[in-house]
Parts: sequence; C-alpha cells; structure tokens
Amino acid sequence: MTPFDYVRADGPDAAVKQVVARPTAAFLGGGTGLIDLMKLYAERHDLLVDVSRLPMDKVEATEKGVRIGANVRNSDLAYHAAIRTRFPVLSEALLSGASPQLRNMATVGGNLMQRTRCPYFRDGHSACNKRVPKSGCAALDGVNRGHAVLGTSDHCIATHPSDLCVALAILDATVRTTGPKGERTIPFADFHRLPGDTPDRETALDHGELITAVDLPALPWATRSHYLKVRDRASYEFALTSAAVALEIADGVIKQARIALGGVGTKPWRAAEAEKALVGKKPTPEAFAAAGDAALAGAVPRQHNAFKIPLAKRTVARALAAAAAMPG
Amino acid sequence: MSTTAVGKPMDRVDGRLKVTGAARYAAEHDYPNLAHAVLVTSTISKGTIAEVVTAAAVKARGVAAVVTHKNAPKMKVPEPFGGEKPSAGSTTAPVLNTDQVFWFGQPVAIVIAETLEQARHAAQLVRVTYQEQPANLTLDSAGKVTTPKKIMTEATTVEIGHAERALKAATLKVDAVYETPQFNHNAIELHATVAAWDGGKLTVHDTAQFVFGVQADLATRFGLKPADVRALAPLVGGGFGGKGVAWPSTYLAPLAAKVVGRPVKLVLARDQIYGCVGGRPPIRQRVAVAADKDGKLTALIQAGRSATGTTNQFVEQFTFPARHLYACPNIYLTQETIALDTCPPTFMRAPGECPGTFALESALDELSYQLKIDPVRLRQINEPDKDPTTGAPFSNRKYQEALALGAEKFGWNRRTPEPRSMADGRMLVGLGMATATYPVYRMPGSARVAVSADGTAVVQSGCHEMGMGTATAQTQIAADLLGLPVEKVRFELGDTNLPFAMVAGGSSQTISVAAAVSAAVAELKGVVLKLATAGPLEGLKPAAVAVRDGGLYRTDDPASGESFASILQRAGRKSAEAKAEVMPGAEMQKWSMHSYGAQFCEVRVDPDFGTVRVVRFVGAFDVGRVMNAKTARSQFLGGITMGLGMALLEETHRDGRTGRIVNADLAEYMVPVHADVPAIEAYWVGDPDPHTPMGAHGIGEIGITGVAAAVANAVYHATGRRVRRVPITPERLLAAPRDG
Ligand SMILES: Cc1cc2nc3c(=O)[nH]c(=O)nc-3n(C[C@H](O)[C@H](O)[C@H](O)COP(=O)(O)OP(=O)(O)OC[C@H]3O[C@@H](n4cnc5c(N)ncnc54)[C@H](O)[C@@H]3O)c2cc1C
Ligand code: SF4
Repeated sequence: MTPFDYVRADGPDAAVKQVVARPTAAFLGGGTGLIDLMKLYAERHDLLVDVSRLPMDKVEATEKGVRIGANVRNSDLAYHAAIRTRFPVLSEALLSGASPQLRNMATVGGNLMQRTRCPYFRDGHSACNKRVPKSGCAALDGVNRGHAVLGTSDHCIATHPSDLCVALAILDATVRTTGPKGERTIPFADFHRLPGDTPDRETALDHGELITAVDLPALPWATRSHYLKVRDRASYEFALTSAAVALEIADGVIKQARIALGGVGTKPWRAAEAEKALVGKKPTPEAFAAAGDAALAGAVPRQHNAFKIPLAKRTVARALAAAAAMPG
Repeated sequence: MSTTAVGKPMDRVDGRLKVTGAARYAAEHDYPNLAHAVLVTSTISKGTIAEVVTAAAVKARGVAAVVTHKNAPKMKVPEPFGGEKPSAGSTTAPVLNTDQVFWFGQPVAIVIAETLEQARHAAQLVRVTYQEQPANLTLDSAGKVTTPKKIMTEATTVEIGHAERALKAATLKVDAVYETPQFNHNAIELHATVAAWDGGKLTVHDTAQFVFGVQADLATRFGLKPADVRALAPLVGGGFGGKGVAWPSTYLAPLAAKVVGRPVKLVLARDQIYGCVGGRPPIRQRVAVAADKDGKLTALIQAGRSATGTTNQFVEQFTFPARHLYACPNIYLTQETIALDTCPPTFMRAPGECPGTFALESALDELSYQLKIDPVRLRQINEPDKDPTTGAPFSNRKYQEALALGAEKFGWNRRTPEPRSMADGRMLVGLGMATATYPVYRMPGSARVAVSADGTAVVQSGCHEMGMGTATAQTQIAADLLGLPVEKVRFELGDTNLPFAMVAGGSSQTISVAAAVSAAVAELKGVVLKLATAGPLEGLKPAAVAVRDGGLYRTDDPASGESFASILQRAGRKSAEAKAEVMPGAEMQKWSMHSYGAQFCEVRVDPDFGTVRVVRFVGAFDVGRVMNAKTARSQFLGGITMGLGMALLEETHRDGRTGRIVNADLAEYMVPVHADVPAIEAYWVGDPDPHTPMGAHGIGEIGITGVAAAVANAVYHATGRRVRRVPITPERLLAAPRDG
C-alpha cells in the first residue's frame, strides 16, 4: 500500500475536520474492506482517520424504532435481542455475510460503504471507470459472472456486495451523518447511487462526511421478515442472488409487502413494483412467482450472468414463501 | 519385524510444534541484515518488454536494488523436470534474463528493500510497457498441438482390438465429452524462499517438495557445485504438487541476495502464486463406452487434449486409469497437448488419475442407466483377472473388496435406481459412486540410521513433510525395524545435507524411504555386529543374527542376544551408523501395481437454485498395509475434501482477452469451507501388498480420485441432469437437459 499517516479521532467533529483537510484521506472503521483495497492499490489514501473507537457503538431500541450506531460491529448487531425479534431479516442478512471473524471486526458504517468485488476494480490496473474515471470498463466484455443485471449502465455493471444493505433497503432506514456542512439524515433509498456515467461516485456522502448512525422506524410487521441468500458455497461467499422480504398478512390477504434484492443490483435493490403487485393478493406460490418476475422486469444480462435472472426470481419467490410461513 | 508401531493411529511427532506455532516454516527463517524482495510480474500474456522504468522505485525509501532483465546476473537454465537427472526445472523460460514475456504473471523485476512494506510499495512504482502479441489461452486456440512421444515411461496411445468398430456395432453405449477447467493448488503456506550466500556457498530455506531438485536447479543456474548449495525444507505447509519443482521465486531469491550482497526473503503474494506457479491444466476428454446387455464392456475409448505451457512439456496423464481398471476387449486410449501462453501447468494432486476418473467414471455411470444395471454391479461385472492393457498379473488387487466395503458402510442398497426417485420434501436426494485409483510408484531413496549408546536412534533421509505425517510414519517404520519404542526414535528430513530422496510426489515417498530405511537397518546390523567382540553374538555372521527389540539376537537361539546400547557401551562407542541407497526393483514391470477405492456420495440438490450440498461421503480404499491409521485417515479426508472442491466449486477464471486470472484469491477462487464438507468416512481393506516395502502403498493422492465423478453421478441421480463439466455450478446444473 501507499505510505499513509494514521490518526485516531478524538470525536466525530474532529474526525470530519481531519478528513476534509486532506483530499485523499479516509475514515477507518473495522478495516476489513479498506485495508484490503489499499493493499491491492485499488484505493490510495495518504491519511487514515480511525473512527472505530468513537462512541457511536450502541443499539438503542425505543418505541419509535431503533437507532444503530455506526460503529456497532456486525456480529453485535446480528445478535442484539431487539434486532433478532423485531427485524429478523436484518439479523439473518448479517449472519449470512462474510465469516465470524470478519463480522466481529466489521462496522455498520463500513458495511454501508463497502465497495464492489468486481475483480477489475480490485486488481488495481485493469480499465475501470469506478477506480479511474473515463478509463473504460473491463468487466463489460470480461469475466462477469458476479456482476449486476439491474441498475447497470454502459460505464459500470458492478454489483453492490452488501447483505446488510439489502435488509436495510426494505426497512425504511435513514442514515444519519455529520459532515463539513453539519448534520443531516439521508433516506436509505437515496444513500447509494446508480453508476450512470459516474460510477466512481457511489454514495450521497460528501468527502469527509461521517456516518454516525442508522435509524430504523418501528415496523411492527417486520417480525415477519426473512433474508435468503443463494450462493455456490454454503458459507463465506458473497451472494449470487439474495432477497430481503417482509410481509403483512391479515385475513389471508397481503396488506403490505417489502422486497429488496442483493447480488443482482448495482445498489441494494428495492423492488417497489413487485411489492405493489402483491398487495391485496393471497400469499400463494403464483403470487410470489409473479412478484419475482416483476422484480427482475428490467434486468439486462451480460455474457456470464444471465443465470442470475431466473435465479433471482426464484430467490424472491422462495423468500416470500418462507416469510408467509412465519408466525405473523 | 514385528509390527508394534506400524499401523497404529500414532499422534504426529511434530503435532505439538505445529499447533503451538513453534514449528518454523521457510518464511519464518531470519538472518541478520535480511532484506525483503517483492516481484513485479507481467500484465500481458505474450510479447516483449518495451521499457522498464525503475527510477521512482530505486529512489523510494528503503530500496536496496531493483533488478530487471537489463541488470540481472545471467543464470543458466537447467533441464526441465522429467529428464535423466533429478531436476526441479519448472519452465525453460529464462526468467529475468530475457525481454520476452511467456505468460501473464511472469516475473519481470525484483525490488529489494529493508522491509516488506517498502519493497511492496516500490514494486508498485516500477512501470513496465510491452509490445504485446496475440496469445493462445484456451484449448481451442491456435497453440501448437502435440502428441507426446511418451507419457512418463508409457506409450501415449494404447490400442487393443477395434474400439471404434465395437462402439459402432453396439446399441448400449455412451459417447460424451467431459471437461475440467484449470485448478490451482492453494496450499495455505505461501511459496517462500529465504536465501543466504556465504562466499560461494548458498543456503536456501524453501517451500519445497523436493530439496535435492532445488539444490540441482540452483547449482546449475548459479554455476555452483551441488555440494555448495544447501536446500532446507523440513516442514512445508501444504504442497499438493505446487511445490514439486523450482518455480521462479525459488531462484530469484538467491539472485536478489547475490545482487544486494545480503540474505533475502521472498514470499509470493497469493495472486502471484496463481501468476507464477502452474496449476492443473484445463482438459477436454471424449469417453465412449459400450457394453453388451449383460453389462460386459465391449468398447472403451478415452481421448483428449490437455494444456501445457510454451515453456514446458507437461502431460496430464488422464488416460492412465482406463489402462488398468476394467476388462474390455476393445480399448483405444490416446491424448495430446496444446501449448498455451500461460504459466506452465504442473502436477496437482493425482495428476491424470483425478481428471481421468472424472470422465471415465461419469461415462460408466451414464452407461449404467442405459443398461439398467446398478453402478456397483457394473463395476463387479467388469473386474479383470489381469491388467487389461499390459496383461501383467496384479500384485494384490483388492478393488472388489474395497467396493463391497464402501457399499456396505455407505448403505448403497437403500438407493432406488431411477433418477429423481429419492426426494426429501422440496430437496432432491441423489446417491452416486465412482472408482478411485492411483498407481504404486517407487523412486530411488536413501537413508542413514544411527543407534546410540543411550538406547536411542536417529534416522535421516532428505524427504519431505508437507502435512501428510512423513516423520511420524517413518518413525513408526524405523521403530519397528529396530525393535525400539517410537519415543526412542527420531526421524530427520527435508535437508540436502541428509541422504538423497526424490520429490515428495506420485504418492511414492512412504515406500521409497521405507525401503531405504529398511536397507540401512540391514547394513547397520553388520556394522554393530562387528563391534560385538564379546558376549552371545561374538563371531557370528550377519545372516545368523536378526535385528529385534532394540538389539541383535541369534536366529538359532532367539533368547540370546544383546541390545544396541549394551554392545556400544562395551565397545566404548557413543554410536554406530549405516547408510543405504535403494533403487526401485523390477516389481513394477512384473506386476500391475495400483491402489483402488470406491467413493460413495449423497447429495441434496435444491431444484430451484441448482445448489448442490454433499451431505455424506464414504471412501473405501485398497492401499496395502496402512502405516498410521490416523494420518492415513487425514490423507483420505483431505483428498476427498479437495475432490469436493473440484466437483462443485473450484475453477481458475481467466480473462480471455489478457490472460489475467481474475479470481486469484481465496475469497473468489472457491475451495470448500467447513459448511461444505460433510462427515466423511474413510475405510481401508488393509491387505498388505506382498510386492512393496512394508506391504504399503502411497496414499496421498488416491483420495481425490473419483470424487468429482461420485458427486456428478449423485447429482444426476438426484436431478436427472448430467453435468459433464466441473465445477457443477448452479448455472451449469440448471442449464443441463433433464432426463426422467
Ligand atoms: C473475505 C470477505 C468476505 C466478505 N463477505 C461478505 C458478505 O458475504 N456479505 C457482506 O455483506 N459483506 C461481506 N464482506 C464485506 C464486509 O462486510 C465489509 O468489509 C465490512 O462490512 C466493512 O466494514 P469495516 O468496518 O471493516 O469498514 P472499513 O474497511 O474500515 O471501511 C470500509 C469503507 O467505509 C468507510 N467508512 C468506515 N466507517 C465509516 C463511517 N462511520 N462513515 C463513513 N465512512 C465510513 C471507509 O472509509 C471505507 O471506505 C466480506 C469481506 C471480506 C474481506
Ligand atoms: S463493472 Fe464497474 S467496477 Fe467493474 S470494471 Fe467496470 S467500471 Fe470498474
């Protein structure tokens, strides 16, 4: 990696100042993603500001919802009693990701900001618009089995790799930040950006803007929620396809539905049309299959990833069926 | 010899060292003033280096030197592996003495610095530009196709009867193409070399499966006498064939050390191992089998193409299993290679037998459905009474016993024959089996045995421990040969200062070294007897004396004799030693000598997702007498686990435009994790082979053979979908046409 300075931040404001002052500085959370990318020269930073010890490490459950500090470790969040009972999808998504060792280190803030596994991005030298704007995209006609089929552009087809974010996408989360322009909240749907012609710009954050927490509003029917992840290996692999779903069912009819997909989108992929299609329907396999079809309606495959389209449809349908079978 | 220790599940003699971290591996060796080297590797597959700009790297903090083809001292390229003399030549490419690029990942510069971090950083500052040429990267490319003159010592083509004619005449037959991709070894220990010069003498601590090969390689390259090169590798953290020859890092470390005049450590990064250590080549094979309605084979054809490098000639002997397994009057076997501009491929656990059994055993399974004959039964029907292609008698073939043992332990009889007939709820359940096989190879070996007046013994041979338990098994063998308790025996290995041993490969090490130890003990008898100038042994000839119970005893009066310690003490000697060198005998020409096994597997397949999970695995083996029940079991479990990776997960993905391997790390090149590996059971027949040292066979490789076919066959049984290309990924399974 490029030689860099390291400082441990005293507080959120100081951290923001330190990063803002250096154009290539970065916050350091658990380091499980950032350090790898620096070793690979996919990212270069001359300053790391360690925010992992700032006191943003609590999960506070209230009547109105849950506030999750940006420094809460993935494993602590997954096993938090309120999360497990009120938002099972979140706990399941976290526990399906990475390995126990990585989850013990990885923070919520870092997970939201994690970058794609696209090998051409990570190798540090292939053409990649995300790493070097306007340099091209080696994945378009390269090995693209892992790449996205939703939200892609001619400039980038990289998959957003997070499991946690797929669950957050159906929970109406908001991201709390503090930055050079002060504090703000960002609706989760606006947090990650589509690649368009600027795939290097991945989130709504400004340089030096620090995630402090993620808020989840109370969603009583999220007790009936589920995360399903499909992959080659039984563990320790990013999703080929995944689905986060929640269902409100009353009198044998779906009142509300939430669906988001992982492994197939350039950002955590909320499937609003598919959700709408379920409302008022009976929770049947046919309805769930139709929701799967609707969720993948705009999918665009490349050479090696066309299989993800039927696979994702079935993943959605299966996840919905599993949620429907849960006690409401 | 009484087998007191041999066969017991003895704990590893180096187990405590390993689990406490006290064991020292190559990269853990340190020297005063040690510098660190990092390689810069090519980013094209074929062409010429136009320019290497090193100015920024040279100026970077801590950098001692930057070596490129412009300033590297000249090295002589040794003969490649497989020639007359023991050699560890991996490739004939004159790496770092040429501006030619032969493959993506070829070293083109070395940066040497005070610390690893400084060297890595500076390596990244080296700018290399190329004149690129089109490269041949696939089995269908324009690479040079060759039918090798021989494969090892065997004929490339074997023809018995008229196989094509018999195939044409048959109605019950299978004729299909099977593919295996490139695989890479992925030993956990990264390839590493620590090199130190002392005047004209060189010492290397290397991650080697063949220290004497490394010694010969370095001696040639640097113009030294072999005796002036010492290579050490007493402990290696996994090899699987990937450390069997000297890959460039092994000689670039001493080269770097020479340039900077300091000891140098060079550890490859994981992606560099994909880049400059060959893997298992991609292979495409046609297998055609036909049988009469009773299941007797009437035709057997196996023919195909494997990749080799442009700078080596590596032939993956995938037609070997078919030469020995089944009786058939019409057999045609042949293979060819295509030279690709890739890092030259090399041996990987059971080269040949592993991909060969995938194709052959898949085809037999396909045939079993045509015949409506149980797959186990089909293999019983076609048991030969002599080697089907050489005509030689079998030394001690116990395949049918292994097959029966495995079928019984697995509960094969609960399998219902129809595909898709064993569902469990939504999940499809399948049971599959395949034959495993691996030849018995023996190589030259030598050993020294010394007994001491304190009642202990030291046994030495420059062989290798890469996790298989070499020192443990050889301690047991030596202890029984000497009649000493294992605690009194120490086995030393992995050093060219010790007696010569060959590469730890071909599953040959155990018996090759055991034969040498046995011969050295026989020598020792005479040496010690000469010292017995008084007492019950006085004046006896060696033939009248046996080695037993830690001493020498009269054969005519077994109660009469004396311990080594007592003889030595009386003679006023601290110790006595003897050395022996043993060449393999003619047994391999006389007998058909192989190990056999039967692999049984149960899978559960999600029909919607195409995901396959192996839930049970049983392997039963005929491998002669087992030397250590514990380490043997570990070898089988390891082989089977690696086979599961081949069947379902592993594949080296190469970008077809550049030749770059895009999944060169353990997150993306998928090996099985714990959750993918079910409870594996390993059994063995245990019948000693009368024609091998100790009655043993090597067991390091047979475990992986047949596994991929057993899985593919179980997947077919579960789903009615035949996947003829591994790994069986969800997309391949869902795309395969469905029968039944
Ligand atoms: C082998 C491997 C397998 C994995 N498998 C999975 C998987 O299956 N599913 C999955 O979802 N994830 C997986 N991950 C990714 C893992 O979840 C992320 O690496 C992790 O969540 C990142 O968190 P961190 O705290 O370590 O972040 P860091 O590595 O410290 O930082 C990551 C990024 O976030 C930024 N950042 C950190 N904290 C903040 C903050 N408070 N505000 C603003 N920016 C911040 C950093 O600047 C950096 O850009 C895997 C990772 C590895 C290495
Ligand atoms: S898909 Fe995106 S990240 Fe990957 S190479 Fe193309 S631009 Fe880069």
